[in-house]
Amino acid sequence: MFLLKLLTRNALRHRLRTGLTILGITIAILAFGLLRTVVSAWYAGVNASSAARLISRNAISLTFSLPLSYLERIRQVEGVKSVSYANWFGGIYITEKNFFPNFAVEPKSYFELYPEFVLSPEDKRAFLADRKGCVVGRRLAERFGWKVGDSITLKGTIFPGTWEFVLRGIYRGAEKSTDENQFFFQWDYLNETLKKTAARRADQLGVIILGLKNPQTAAETSLAVDARFKNSLAETLTETEKAFQLSFVSMTEAIVVAIRIVSYVVIVIIMAVVANTMAMTARERIGEYAIFKAMGFRGYYIAGMVFGESLFISMTGCAVGIVLTFPVAARFGKIMGAFFPVFQVERSTLYLDVAFCLVVGLVAAVFPTWRAVRIGIADGLRRIG
Amino acid sequence: MADSGERRIVVSIRNAAKSYLRGSQVVPVLEDLSFEIFHGEFLALMGPSGSGKSTLLNLIAGIDSVDSGSIVVDGVDIATLGERELADWRAAHVGFIFQFYNLIPVLTAFENVELPLLLTPLGRRERREHVLAALEVVGLADRMEHYPSQLSGGQQQRVAIARAVVSDPSILVADEPTGDLDRVSAEEILHLMAQLNSAFGKTIIMVTHDPRAAEKAHTVRHLEKGVLSDVPS
Repeated sequence: MFLLKLLTRNALRHRLRTGLTILGITIAILAFGLLRTVVSAWYAGVNASSAARLISRNAISLTFSLPLSYLERIRQVEGVKSVSYANWFGGIYITEKNFFPNFAVEPKSYFELYPEFVLSPEDKRAFLADRKGCVVGRRLAERFGWKVGDSITLKGTIFPGTWEFVLRGIYRGAEKSTDENQFFFQWDYLNETLKKTAARRADQLGVIILGLKNPQTAAETSLAVDARFKNSLAETLTETEKAFQLSFVSMTEAIVVAIRIVSYVVIVIIMAVVANTMAMTARERIGEYAIFKAMGFRGYYIAGMVFGESLFISMTGCAVGIVLTFPVAARFGKIMGAFFPVFQVERSTLYLDVAFCLVVGLVAAVFPTWRAVRIGIADGLRRIG
Repeated sequence: MADSGERRIVVSIRNAAKSYLRGSQVVPVLEDLSFEIFHGEFLALMGPSGSGKSTLLNLIAGIDSVDSGSIVVDGVDIATLGERELADWRAAHVGFIFQFYNLIPVLTAFENVELPLLLTPLGRRERREHVLAALEVVGLADRMEHYPSQLSGGQQQRVAIARAVVSDPSILVADEPTGDLDRVSAEEILHLMAQLNSAFGKTIIMVTHDPRAAEKAHTVRHLEKGVLSDVPS
């Protein structure tokens, strides 16, 4: 108790220096937390993917499609419970800056396969009944102030033209990690339009989504699907939803690695700052440590004073940094909502914050403690006066 | 424990030698020094700068070690003790009074005096009683919540004396205790030390340059070039 009182008062002796060091740690923890959250957001799609779903696409590339006729043949594969399909639409709302993912989907089966997109029965009925109807996520609707019944126009890029929709429902995510920034409309609307304007592109699917009877059979089922279309004009590549999502992330892996490295560099820099503060502190107090030792206090007590003060500073900065991470991340997530639909500080990030601050506090105190414990009493006392 | 007549020997130094390394050069400070200090004695060690007074005081207090010879304090040859044993020994047997008081600035007078008692098995209430008694002795019980920066030099030195005596050590070592004080404060401190010696029987070993301080001591010894001589009173 006495030691705690002593090290707290010692830490507040040079308020400006301690304050600036705590501020440095706070900013470092904030930066680390945000960068980690950016990385987590990058993997949000991967983490939210289901083990009970497979994605089948053209083996050449995602830009090539699969014939609609594959649907029934895939449905007959052993282990497949249900199938749905979707096309990446790539429509633009007013300007390219307003980016959000938009898909043409088979509405009934799609929402059955994705129970994490929660739509009220009324909205669902209205959506199914309207060929030009669309459904958007809650955050996307908030972003543009859309309400059910509003008309929304998208400018097609992959499928040229002006596409008119009526908002029939707003879904919410079943989990915090569910993406609420997506836009879905009826695949039939796209297909029927294409039949009139570009018949050769009609009856083509971007991806086929397979619901599995048993997630344990994912490997066998995907092999069976791909075997069925081997040596056809459009061979399939079937993989778990997680692997499918990871293939997107892997394209930008260098950026993720860079962000990760920067987040650790921030911690190393702040470690040097705290170590410098503690070295200055210990140098100034060598005389006092000598007095303690003269009175009979052993080395571990002196070490406790230095380590305690270092941990007090680092953990205070950590606590403030963690508290500030949440509002800053929320603000950042709002600004970057188009790029990071799920931007949430993960619990593991907080554990890492605490672990790194403990390490910073301990490592920063090692050299000052070594000096303080080793100093001869007579030498230490000579430095006073 | 040896006796000389009826007087009990508290400190017995035999053939003590101490030298320091200055660069590659060995500088002898004390050579073949032998003498005794008796229980209840108030000894003043005088001598020019660099004569080895403070070194001798440090050796007696167990904060420095002899190169050869022995220093027996209260029956314990401290030259044979390891670092940890020596720390425990200092906590139990030595009270320190320094020239610059050396109080811990972030602790109140009460907390500064309490410090040596943290190394004893005393409970909080008992520690409080001891601290209050020590502060009463030095006349600063009413200033116990003051921090060192809120006290004058003389008051700070009195707090340091309270800290030195609170654990009832065998010997008090004082290194220039009046060296940083004005004349009036110095006189008060010397009076207090004399009182501790006469009323409480404390053995005091004081290093000083000040002849007026030395006047308060029973015995004055002069150290020059490592050789100790008695100063006739």
